[in-house]
Amino acid sequence: MNIAVLLSMVPDLVEELEIAPSGVALDTQWLRYLLSESDDHALEQALLLKERYGGKVTALALDRGEAEEALYTALARGADEAVKLTGIPEEGWGKRAAAAVVGAVLKESAPDLILTGVQAIDDMDGHMAGALAGILGLPFVGVTRSVDAPGAGKVLVQKEYPGGMAAEIEVDLPAVIGVLSAPQPPRYVPVARIREARKTRTISEREAPSVAAPEGLVIRRLFKPEPAERAEMLDGTPEEMARQIVTILENRGLVR
Amino acid sequence: MSPSGILLLWIVSLVALGLFAFRVRYLLGLLRLGRGENRLGGVGRRLAAVAWEVLGQRRLLREPAGVLHFGIFWGFVVYASAFIFSLFKGLLPFLPYPMPEEIGPVALALEVFGVVVLAGIGGAAFRRYLLRPPRLEQSRDAGVILLLIGSLMVTSLLSSGFHVVATGHASFLWNPVGTGLASLMVGGGLAPSAASSLQLTMWWLHMVLVLGFLAYLPYSKHLHLLASSFSVFLTDLSPRGRLRTADADGGGPDPLNARNFTWRELLNPFACAECGRCDRVCPAQTSGAALSPQKMVHHIKEHLLEAGPYLLRGTPRNGHYPELVGGVVSADELWACTTCYACMERCPVMNEHIPLIVRMRRYLVTRGEVDARLQDALTATSRYGNSFGQSPKTRARWTQGLEVPVKDVRREQAQYLWFVGDYASFDPAAREATRAAARVLHRAGVSFGILYDGEQTSGNDIRRVGEEGLFEMLAEKNIATMQKCRFDEIITTDPHAYNTLKNEYPEFGGTWPVVHYTELFDRLIDAERLRPARRLGLRATYHDPCYLGRYNGIYEAPRRVLRALGADLVEMPRNRLNAYCCGAGGGRIWMEEAAGVKERPAERRVREAAVLNGVGTLVVTCPKEITMFRDAVKTTGHEEGLMIKDLAELVEEATTPEVSGHA
Amino acid sequence: MSTSGQDVWVYVEHLKGEVLGHTYELLGKGREVAGALGGRLVAVLAGSAVQPLASTLGVADSVLCIEDAGLAEFTPEGHGAVLRALAEKDPPRLMLFGATSAGMDLAALTSATMGIPLVVNCKEIGIEDDRVVVTSQMCGGKLLGEVETGGNMVALTVLPGAFPSQKGLSDRAPTVQNLPSPVPLEGVRTRVTRLLEPEAGDVDITRAPVLIAVGRGIQRQDNLPLAEELAGLLGGAVCASRPVIDQGWLPLTRQVGKSGMVVKPKFYLALGISGASEHVEGMKDSELTIAVNSDPRAPIFDVADYGVAADMFDVLPILTEELRARKPSAP
Ligand SMILES: Cc1cc2nc3c(=O)[nH]c(=O)nc-3n(C[C@H](O)[C@H](O)[C@H](O)COP(=O)(O)OP(=O)(O)OC[C@H]3O[C@@H](n4cnc5c(N)ncnc54)[C@H](O)[C@@H]3O)c2cc1C
Ligand code: SF4
Ligand code: SF4
Repeated sequence: MNIAVLLSMVPDLVEELEIAPSGVALDTQWLRYLLSESDDHALEQALLLKERYGGKVTALALDRGEAEEALYTALARGADEAVKLTGIPEEGWGKRAAAAVVGAVLKESAPDLILTGVQAIDDMDGHMAGALAGILGLPFVGVTRSVDAPGAGKVLVQKEYPGGMAAEIEVDLPAVIGVLSAPQPPRYVPVARIREARKTRTISEREAPSVAAPEGLVIRRLFKPEPAERAEMLDGTPEEMARQIVTILENRGLVR
Repeated sequence: MSPSGILLLWIVSLVALGLFAFRVRYLLGLLRLGRGENRLGGVGRRLAAVAWEVLGQRRLLREPAGVLHFGIFWGFVVYASAFIFSLFKGLLPFLPYPMPEEIGPVALALEVFGVVVLAGIGGAAFRRYLLRPPRLEQSRDAGVILLLIGSLMVTSLLSSGFHVVATGHASFLWNPVGTGLASLMVGGGLAPSAASSLQLTMWWLHMVLVLGFLAYLPYSKHLHLLASSFSVFLTDLSPRGRLRTADADGGGPDPLNARNFTWRELLNPFACAECGRCDRVCPAQTSGAALSPQKMVHHIKEHLLEAGPYLLRGTPRNGHYPELVGGVVSADELWACTTCYACMERCPVMNEHIPLIVRMRRYLVTRGEVDARLQDALTATSRYGNSFGQSPKTRARWTQGLEVPVKDVRREQAQYLWFVGDYASFDPAAREATRAAARVLHRAGVSFGILYDGEQTSGNDIRRVGEEGLFEMLAEKNIATMQKCRFDEIITTDPHAYNTLKNEYPEFGGTWPVVHYTELFDRLIDAERLRPARRLGLRATYHDPCYLGRYNGIYEAPRRVLRALGADLVEMPRNRLNAYCCGAGGGRIWMEEAAGVKERPAERRVREAAVLNGVGTLVVTCPKEITMFRDAVKTTGHEEGLMIKDLAELVEEATTPEVSGHA
Repeated sequence: MSTSGQDVWVYVEHLKGEVLGHTYELLGKGREVAGALGGRLVAVLAGSAVQPLASTLGVADSVLCIEDAGLAEFTPEGHGAVLRALAEKDPPRLMLFGATSAGMDLAALTSATMGIPLVVNCKEIGIEDDRVVVTSQMCGGKLLGEVETGGNMVALTVLPGAFPSQKGLSDRAPTVQNLPSPVPLEGVRTRVTRLLEPEAGDVDITRAPVLIAVGRGIQRQDNLPLAEELAGLLGGAVCASRPVIDQGWLPLTRQVGKSGMVVKPKFYLALGISGASEHVEGMKDSELTIAVNSDPRAPIFDVADYGVAADMFDVLPILTEELRARKPSAP
């Protein structure tokens, strides 16, 4: 089975986010971009499938931030090939545009299974996995916690639902799966292995194909929510305070 | 002796020596499976170690039972020497010297030691079988040896008695025991002729027992008799706090087996006397975790004997070699170690447990087998240079609110480069102490600066969890940053950073002098640059951090500072080199609670401090300990009675000029 | 896609014969938006034997009820095909989905197959001069984006809890329009083979939407039922700080913090927890935190959104009682 894993870089929330002077983008100067968490799980899921059933894993990343680091790490973890898509604008694309570009590349290589994270923290105009499936016209299931391939030509996935429920779904290949988590956390790769991969492996580069940019949305502004420095203290008698709590919960739709 | 007797002796001796040599050669072959390691420099220091530890039995005497071993050991030496002379005389009767027991003073020595050894053995048997101290293996080997040595002494003493009866030469001066026994024998009606043949029988019995023992020795746990002197002689002379690099680890065969270790590491199990001393001081073992250093060493021996034949032949068993980790040694055991050095400090044969543990941890890390929290810490460290996963820009946030700003040593020259370390920078409880230390340094007019976001964690713990590649990366980065700065010495409050900066960075090109803040405070007080303005009227006890005390021998500086502040210092029962670890080291602070722990090391330590009469303060000199012990006083219910204070906080308090008058 | 109506569609999520609560939040907000746009509010209910559920959707002007055996269990492909066929026939202005397991999949797929824009994780929807303006939440709540959508059809996923559900509830009987599936479903390449119930064993606190956390302030094990009852009322679970776990009052799987679990519930109620950094590490990303602690200077108040400086044993019983009284009997 040929598996393609799409890795996206997202802003590192450990650093303070700054808005660019334009007001509609993040200030990339102070930003650090690293591998999206659910993409990390998608990679782990791909490697688990490969270990179990054989096949080939190709990691694909849009060249932004620590993409190269992520690709070498993927190789050190067991991916067979790594491809970097270059020519990405500095501020990146929206998800729909990115999906269009990646879709064009994947249409050519036509892997049996495409895995990527079901969502990323910087998603605003879409989610990559579902968008890819729509563009490629492939079957799709997202929010999975495991992907297995017990029979030929299909995969068996578990899709999560609220309250610990899940559905087991059979999906014909080729397909796109939006991974929430792999059955086990992404494995640790020691620094020495990554350093070795940097010396002995190569990442192939590919110019991103140009595709028509999707339209329909205008970002007016990006902004940060007011920081809640310290708790707002409720006061009054215990009865009054308890009622205030109930009101807060009701306003948030937490009272069922 | 008759010619046939001599022939028989030759046969018996050759068989015994043959068996002995055969086994020893095999064991040496096993050692040679390991990788090379140079342990021959510094012969003088090595001989000194042998004199202290083998001849002087220094470490054994740290436990009262060591006295028994001392007696047995020296008795054994005397007997062994006499035996060699006897044997040669028996084999080659023309040799121009008498039998040893025919020389008066030698005979006396043999008799005296015979009694001493019998007493020692009696005591050992009493301790082993009736007192049954914890963690002493009740092995068959141990019983055999006690019986054997006992028989040797008995045969020898009886022989002396028979000799006196047979010859009629009673010399109470040289043969007090023999003479005593002889009078009993004569009283019992023993004829001189019968005595003479009985004496010969005893002599034979003695010879056969000893030769039998010689053959049996390398097949038993008493191999330690043979191997321990070598183990001591081949001890590691590099600083205690320096781990060997992992250069050759990467290419080692999978799974981990004897070939990944160095020959000296493989010698450890052969030298082990299975005395249980390491277990008795080990914080992991005594708190109920899976690790027993003694068993671990023993399991490596089991593995070596199991896998050895296949490795020597170079043909795997059913396609692969027996596995060590996951086989006889579990990952849980390996992760439970705090690298506190207590075992290595105690081990009478100078076994080196920590290098073994780290070697095996490295193997686990290579395979990505680390627990989730440790993985988080490692990932955070490789990404941000700190295990807290914080932005490097916030590293110096603790300096906010200090009246005097802290210099950036990357821009301005300073006498001291303060390497702050992760816990002192990021941990909220430790940060208070860090600020206190900064104020004290300002007060004393010390010129110092920090690296701000240029500092990365020193990597002491990273190296000890086995992530060697990451450690090297950190060391290289830190050294490159510090090389661009102008300063004379490095100062740090963190004993873990202190250890690695001082002992391990030199191998990577960072050769600056390093001082711990307790040492500097001590000097400053001595030079009267820090003047306590008042006496702290508190009764306190002091906890020696493993990486300051046992690893680097700094015991007295913090105590002198405390006394200079006017504190009434009371020692805990386990202090200085016997101090009990708080449980944070070796990367344990990042890991999940080890399975099976009944009482955390920090809790045990707090209880030890809390029962000291009138002591209300536990003084620490390590940023990690503040968190560990503040937590432990809560969980043990000593929050009211015992305050956890960093030394810097006390120094600050004592050197703050009084505002109002004071009688 | 140039022509679209002004209608607002809400995709109705249901599981095991019950409409999920979040759908009512969408209906409530949808009602308001449809009014502003001058369109109708349409609830799209797809499944098999789901008609009885339509009666709870009275807030909508009409319910499109599509029944087919092939829709019995949710698959993005099957439900997506139906939705697309319906929308192509009678294009709405807005399609609202929950930002949930099913809603996310469906919205992403529908947006791509129909070529319409999508804004995800919306927490505000407004109408300005016939333009739909939404606020999308990103980066774990650290960043918000205000987005204007054009005059055409657009899909949105809405964050659970962004809008109150009361406005989506009504006793009115809706107009139900029963339709067969507009597309054949035999060729669907994804098939649900079975539903998996939560694994037996202890509660997984990392998945609970509401957590009632108890610290040393709970004092005795006997007091735990107070917290458990509250958790039951809010559909959540009880978790604890380490001292409580250490006592053996709750299993280790319930510990939050450095050496326990990292949790991100919608609501975290900290009862008698001081807020040590080792604990905070495990819960700081909770969406809403309320702390009850008798010590007004407890550091937990630095991380909580709301604080109650009082004895928890005074507040807790009243809180439980109030919530029990409010428990709606219908849906
Ligand atoms: C390495 C390490 C790992 C750790 N890991 C964790 C971890 O994973 N999780 C964790 O929780 N802790 C952990 N800790 C422990 C942590 O440091 C704290 O000790 C612990 O979180 C304190 O728990 P607490 O808040 O319940 O107790 P306390 O700190 O004792 O706080 C009790 C609080 O209850 C309040 N209170 C008392 N009575 C009442 C009442 N009637 N009504 C209202 N309020 C009341 C008090 O004012 C006080 O603030 C760890 C510590 C270490 C060193
Ligand atoms: S270093 Fe300390 S924790 Fe590790 S085995 Fe030795 S005594 Fe035990
Ligand atoms: S390793 Fe050393 S201390 Fe431990 S049992 Fe063996 S000889 Fe004794």
